[in-house]
Amino acid sequence: MDQIRVLVAKPGLDGHDRGAKVIARALRDAGMEVIYTGLRQTPEMIVNAALQEDVRVIGLSILSGAHNAIVPRVMELLREKQMTDVAVIVGGIIPDEDARELKKQGVAAVFQPGASLEEIVRSVRSSVKQPA
Amino acid sequence: MTKGPTTLSGLPVQPVYGPEDVAGLNLDETPGEFPYTRGIHRDMYRGRLWTMRQFSGFGTPEETNRRYQYLLAQGQTGLSVAFDLPTLMGYDADQPESLGEVGKCGVSIGSLEDMETLFRGIPLERVTVSMTINSPAAIVWAMYLAVAEQQGVDWRQISGTIQNDILKEYIAQKEYIYPPHSSMRLVTDTIEFATRQVPRFNPISISGYHIREAGSTAVQELAFTLRDGIEYAEWAVARGLPIDTFAGRLSFFFNAHNDFFEEIAKYRAARRMWALIMRDRFGARDERSLKLRFHTQTAGCSLTWQQPYNNVVRTAIQALAAVLGGTQSLHTNSLDEAYALPSEHAATLALRTQQVIAYESGVTAVPDPLGGSFFLERLTAEVEEAANGYIRRIDDMGGMIPAIEAGFPQREIAQASFEYQQAIETGELKIAGVNAFKVENEEPIELLAIDESAAGHQVAKLAALRRRRDSTRVSAALDALRRAAGGTENTMPFILEAVRAYATVGEITAALRDVFGTYTEKSIL
Repeated sequence: MDQIRVLVAKPGLDGHDRGAKVIARALRDAGMEVIYTGLRQTPEMIVNAALQEDVRVIGLSILSGAHNAIVPRVMELLREKQMTDVAVIVGGIIPDEDARELKKQGVAAVFQPGASLEEIVRSVRSSVKQPA
Repeated sequence: MTKGPTTLSGLPVQPVYGPEDVAGLNLDETPGEFPYTRGIHRDMYRGRLWTMRQFSGFGTPEETNRRYQYLLAQGQTGLSVAFDLPTLMGYDADQPESLGEVGKCGVSIGSLEDMETLFRGIPLERVTVSMTINSPAAIVWAMYLAVAEQQGVDWRQISGTIQNDILKEYIAQKEYIYPPHSSMRLVTDTIEFATRQVPRFNPISISGYHIREAGSTAVQELAFTLRDGIEYAEWAVARGLPIDTFAGRLSFFFNAHNDFFEEIAKYRAARRMWALIMRDRFGARDERSLKLRFHTQTAGCSLTWQQPYNNVVRTAIQALAAVLGGTQSLHTNSLDEAYALPSEHAATLALRTQQVIAYESGVTAVPDPLGGSFFLERLTAEVEEAANGYIRRIDDMGGMIPAIEAGFPQREIAQASFEYQQAIETGELKIAGVNAFKVENEEPIELLAIDESAAGHQVAKLAALRRRRDSTRVSAALDALRRAAGGTENTMPFILEAVRAYATVGEITAALRDVFGTYTEKSIL
């Protein structure tokens, strides 16, 4: 089975990268190929990186409260570029009602504080869509 | 909270401690006397309580001004300003980078007009203000000084702090804009300006809090913070400022995490280490240079989403550690901060936590009441020794800037944070509500919601400001600033002129960016 390629991204101005980095490392330890974008990425930069790196999953880490502006834009760009076979997983400070809304918009999973690495790794694995 | 038979930092904890564990140590120390292990004052809280300084800010300056008036009325004794991410990163509310971010993590400040609103009705000669701002610190400080000027208050009378600790941004918080050397020049400009013109102000708060929040151990937090302090002192001395003219205004900021005794040991070790560093490394003689003064914040990263009322207990224990460790100033987190900025109710309870400790627990009657404890004295010595080991390693690398460029502190932090998470995953470290004592279907709590209208409000204000102000004066001021930044003059007077002309945070930051360029980090996982 091919190694799953995952992009872990920090969109927006938020520089708190502890969670994103721990998760990136856990995904690597679980046998996935992880590309970490670094900080202060725009939705455009993230989707372009996902395209160039040919990833199956994009993980977005947002703690700043800007998720309702950022995530829909990422989903929109994926549709525009016909990359809807790439799964999107979001983690951070996302209130329950916003999480529900994001899932309605096509986000595969939303992780709030206290989620275990094991749950997240499992979720990334199971979110991989078969190419169209 | 110990991980098995060690402290959270991994220092071994014996089953029992006795006189033999302190036999080799010098315990003949008095509070208020060099090297100040037991506190920087003879009487500590008997003479004066720590400042209850709750970090606060959200939405528009109008809303935040109302919260400040409320907190002051509830007994808070100093103000502490939280800015939003656009302000922290030097962007105006109407710039594309600010989309979705205005007013979310703190108050949106675009220009001097916003600072005037923020401090309306707050007399700056009587209220001290701490501002958590780093890359644009000089700009925001200039706005604060301009407001004081408008209030008719002499700069020699005002007191407060700007965080302005750029080194820890590269290490941990990541709110950098410019490259290290240019950033250090800006910090040194503010230290020089404060030394000459605003002598009661603390132009820097050398911080370990964020280093700890990024996942470091207590030992790393202490070591990297003090080594950053050494770096700032060296730059100020190289600028031509004798050590005793500025060192007394270097202030510090530490975390109060869960391992109760390790945290107290950390604060005691910090004071002893800094006194020795100032005297032996820098030749400082003035008592004020030798005394490490610090603010503490309880650990944000320890707060849980699950069973948020447990956070009240965590915060109380952490706050007690800071008080028993002799902090000068304290912020206690609110129970809902894993979810959102504090609701008014949660913010009030956080303040009450300090007031209960201060007035009901009796711990303020004696300085360093745990001094002489076999365990604590042994632990203080061990934390000091381990931290000194890190400082030596960074010295060997040529200082903190080469260490940062080599990724050393970042790598240590990434490793420590991964190990911490592993300990939670395996259950070695139990966290009530998260991986132990869990509850299904918890009751949701009421949260503060930041109105999206804050962004529109701030954007409209900026548009009106740009129409109203003297744009020739603004351009001239920014040109002059660029010239000064490209040379060796102190940039503060030029930033002040730009601020008085109502240049915006974004415009002034961009002018400096034109000269200094930007910094991109090499990510270390």
